[in-house]
Amino acid sequence: MQSPDPARIHAALADATFQAYREAAIGLPPDVLRMIETAAARETSPVARGEFGNILKNVKLAEELGVPLCQDTGVPVVYLTLPPDVTLTEDLYEAVAEGCRRATREVPLRPNVVDPLTRHNTGDNTGKGMPAIHVRPGNKFTVTILPKGAGAENSSRVAMLLPSHVYGIEGFVVETMLYAEGKPCPPVFLGVGIGGTFDLAASLAKEALLLPVDTMTAFEQQICDSVNKLGIGPMGQGGDTTALAVKVKTAGCHTASLPVAVNVQCWANRHATREVQL
Amino acid sequence: MTTSPVQLRTPLGDEVLQLRAGDHVELSGIVYTARDEAHLRMQKEGIPFDPKGAVIYHCGPVIKDNRVLAAGPTTSARMNDLSDFLLDRGVRGLIGKGGMGATVREQLRCRGVYFAFTGGCAALAASHMTLEGVFFEDLGMAEAVWAIRLDRLPLVVGIDARGNDIFEAARKTAQTAFRHYSSRP
Repeated sequence: MQSPDPARIHAALADATFQAYREAAIGLPPDVLRMIETAAARETSPVARGEFGNILKNVKLAEELGVPLCQDTGVPVVYLTLPPDVTLTEDLYEAVAEGCRRATREVPLRPNVVDPLTRHNTGDNTGKGMPAIHVRPGNKFTVTILPKGAGAENSSRVAMLLPSHVYGIEGFVVETMLYAEGKPCPPVFLGVGIGGTFDLAASLAKEALLLPVDTMTAFEQQICDSVNKLGIGPMGQGGDTTALAVKVKTAGCHTASLPVAVNVQCWANRHATREVQL
Repeated sequence: MTTSPVQLRTPLGDEVLQLRAGDHVELSGIVYTARDEAHLRMQKEGIPFDPKGAVIYHCGPVIKDNRVLAAGPTTSARMNDLSDFLLDRGVRGLIGKGGMGATVREQLRCRGVYFAFTGGCAALAASHMTLEGVFFEDLGMAEAVWAIRLDRLPLVVGIDARGNDIFEAARKTAQTAFRHYSSRP
């Protein structure tokens, strides 16, 4: 199979990355917005209803004005799917970084990426290992951007539970929000990774945030209901809605292990996917 | 919501003492942004505006061509140990997200209130704002003190001047719910 021209792949991938980043920073996916609207209509606390009112007005304004939803435009988490005729090369990583730098200048995005020790800001939302790029084989050439803000990411946790304590998974997720309170800007979406290894559980938890959030399995619904019983509410100010959805992804794990990761996401569960046009 | 929001205008006076935690208000007039660095600078060099009845907004805005583009609230708890000198000098209101500690709750008693603005709503905030001026611009865009004129910014009273705190109330509810939950077989 003939691979397309590398320069052309580079330009198309950089452009698709830029377009996806822009879309993700400004608007919410339809399923995410639907969940917010549904919860807003159900909410009984007057304070919480006010918060929902502000959130929905903000989403509309950002879309109309073409400006980012939130000033924390996050760090770039990127998922690539490569069709059989596109070879994975170092240059694909550079093309994605180029798209992120362009988005930072043109959307514009707040430069958030710093060196972890010196705290020096690179100024363009790229750096060592950033953007964080995950590659999978697929039928189409696509790029997905999931901009991840700090408030919610900082509330996320991983635990290695006892394999005999499968019943403890729900408690761990609920406890994560008990500690988080208003810090991750609830109402939140919770990505839960169960199984795999220490690191794979965390990856699964983040990928779970990309699943459609307007349907939940009985297991996911049960965890979501338990989180909502905490009554933390929008912004930690009390209310019926603490979590909008819980999404679970699993992987096989060692018989002696039970890794569980919770990736907390703020109400702005931003992500967008573009097909790379060659 | 059945009641309409209370209209407030800066500089604030004794009317803030009547507010109750959970009340919706709309705030107009000038407010001053300040994050960690600006608080430290003001402690050292003095407050560059009249603090009497003033309102501080915990926010690092995005400003372009003298316009406020995005101005959502930052986490107020970082300013827990940095707010006493402002309230001592006459500041009557703090705006931010996530609430503040017990020490600030006591410092606000009979003096002022903490207002919460919805986290992440940067575009909505900016649509209620006009830029009026700046102090300490050398601190950089996020940390400088920006004087911003508000036109009816929708806020909720998070901590009132009588010690009521909606964040503390939610925290207690959550802790009680979790105790029940964790004691299940």
